Amino acid sequence: MGTRRLPDTAPLSRLRDEDLSRLLLIRHFELTVQNLFAGGHLSGTTHTCLGQEYVPVALEPLLKDDDYVFSNHRGHGHYLARFDDPEGLLAEMTGRHGALCAGVGGSQHVRRARFHSTGVQGQSLPVAAGTALHLRRTGSDGLACVYIGDGTWGEGAVYEALNLAALWRLPVLVVVENNGIAQSTPTSRQMAGTIGGRAAAFGIPHLCVGSRDVNVIREQTAAAVATVRDAGTPAVLEFRTDRLGPHSKGDDTRPAPERAAAAARDWYLRYRDRYPEQFAPADEAQRHRMSVVAADVLARPLSRWEP
Amino acid sequence: MRGGGRGRGETVAENLNRGLHAVLGADEGAYLLGEDVEDPYGGAFRITRGLSTRFPDRVRSTPISEGGVVGAGAGLALAGDTAIVEMMFGDFVGLAFDQIVNFASKTVTMYGTRVPMRLVVRCPVGGNRGYGPTHSQSPQKHFIGVPNLALYELTGWHDSTDLLREMLAVGVPALLFEDKILYGRPHRRPGPVDDLFRAEPIGTTADGPPVMHVHPVGLPPDFLVIATGGLADRVHAALRTLLVEHDLAGHMLIPARLHPFQTEVVAPWVRQAGTVFVAEESTAGGTWGAEVAHRIAQNCWPALSGPVRLLHSRDAVIPAAPHLERTVIVQEETIGRAIREAFLD
Ligand SMILES: Cc1ncc(C[n+]2csc(CCOP(=O)(O)OP(=O)(O)O)c2C)c(N)n1
Repeated sequence: MGTRRLPDTAPLSRLRDEDLSRLLLIRHFELTVQNLFAGGHLSGTTHTCLGQEYVPVALEPLLKDDDYVFSNHRGHGHYLARFDDPEGLLAEMTGRHGALCAGVGGSQHVRRARFHSTGVQGQSLPVAAGTALHLRRTGSDGLACVYIGDGTWGEGAVYEALNLAALWRLPVLVVVENNGIAQSTPTSRQMAGTIGGRAAAFGIPHLCVGSRDVNVIREQTAAAVATVRDAGTPAVLEFRTDRLGPHSKGDDTRPAPERAAAAARDWYLRYRDRYPEQFAPADEAQRHRMSVVAADVLARPLSRWEP
Repeated sequence: MRGGGRGRGETVAENLNRGLHAVLGADEGAYLLGEDVEDPYGGAFRITRGLSTRFPDRVRSTPISEGGVVGAGAGLALAGDTAIVEMMFGDFVGLAFDQIVNFASKTVTMYGTRVPMRLVVRCPVGGNRGYGPTHSQSPQKHFIGVPNLALYELTGWHDSTDLLREMLAVGVPALLFEDKILYGRPHRRPGPVDDLFRAEPIGTTADGPPVMHVHPVGLPPDFLVIATGGLADRVHAALRTLLVEHDLAGHMLIPARLHPFQTEVVAPWVRQAGTVFVAEESTAGGTWGAEVAHRIAQNCWPALSGPVRLLHSRDAVIPAAPHLERTVIVQEETIGRAIREAFLD
């Protein structure tokens, strides 16, 4: 517990086609987003999850339809792992017809069924605790899953919510995507102690996951997720991962060797090299799908909204 | 509820307690969360007495985590439940500012379609009790003009059961400011206030909660004071003195909803009086009164005899020592003097 295990580089196992496709959909969605920004087709800001796609894809089958999922600023992958809807999300980001939230929320504020994202760090944890309290009263075996980054552990709201969740025995699953950096500040420059140590302080079980293998992750985390659901108690799952792209747009301050090292750990290249025949057509299919989606969405009329 | 309340008449605190019992009793998805709200303590001001005994799962004493607990309330509301969260002192609502402004109120419309949020954050506010700078403030002004956030204030006349029902029915998060000084006072019914003044509700329910109209019987207004519930007694005392000693007939309007302000309801009385004051306990600067004055000027400009005048506390921290506190917080005498001076101008 609490040790900073390096992400493992063990050979990746072969994925089911649908898992691979979902990973690649997210990858090509994010690459498309970057291109659209470069081409001036997207306004505002966005944060891509390049490199981290496998986290929500691995967790998705462990979640149920009536679970609440709270996502953050880096949330495209969280959404796409749950809903096969790149059109709705891209329309949201471009303010086009068919937008998920009429173009009001944009990249960081989307809602669909029980999925919600917000652009304020840490804000979702207390809210998740509240939804978990609701689930418990109604006798549901649902849980509230909250994605946060390592940097978000600087927010007091996180601790208030962990305390509530532990004290009131609430089914809250905190998924930490620890990519070693928050915007421009390395984790080592903003966090004293460890995430595991902080969870331990509340008596909350903590599991550190270094693998990027979707199959392995499911195996490693299934029991912890089931405990949250069945015992109705919180847990923290910490993924040691890498952010491959900039924080938002063109703002990567990491030295080149560090970025190169992160790129070398990318599941995408490792999987491509290991399963070329499965990978190549799947990759091409998702690349093509996203180019069709982008062309379709950009051709739509602007979204409408009445406050 | 404690027995015997009705015989000697109900206090404002008892009326509010009854309102909370009604909300929790009528809705099995209604929660009340707050610091020390469980029995036997029943909250720092004893407003929640009896609730945890009757609804043990849904009335919960919480850790000292205002932001976290309002966030949990917002989560309940997001899930379709009803949440009432008590701040021990309204001064601490700043700790929940993000959850109120950036989550609960935003959620109503930021996801493109309307998401009803039945969340009420109760804030005991106001001074004149010697609690000092961080336990005496009136933070209403910090929350004015937030889209989808409604501000209400307890008055000695409005029935809390009706008010809470109305606040929750709207489906937007609400803050309920409760002047602590009112808790121990008798809860009044519309009708005679004393030998000279009467209180009557005006405004239809479509406009929001009724506005209480307190006026000297049979006398048209020489001036009008729009006052928060917390200040109503001080304003009433000043109006009485002005009538008896200076022959000035002042009317008072007391809205239970501060924001959005029901301009249309007060406009006929503004036009009739011409001279208008807005009274609240907040310290000077960026006040509720400034917002109300602006709306009145926009709506009733030709009928006004002069600028709408603001009556509020001084631009200072609120001292603990009673003799100092009195010099900062707006009092009956301050109100009376300001109104007399306006007529001498
Ligand atoms: C309360 C708050 N403070 C600051 C920000 C600006 N901000 C957006 S993302 C970010 C970094 C977050 O880092 P981390 O939690 O590690 O997530 P990552 O970006 O690495 O996925 C910051 C500071 C914010 N959105 N909310």
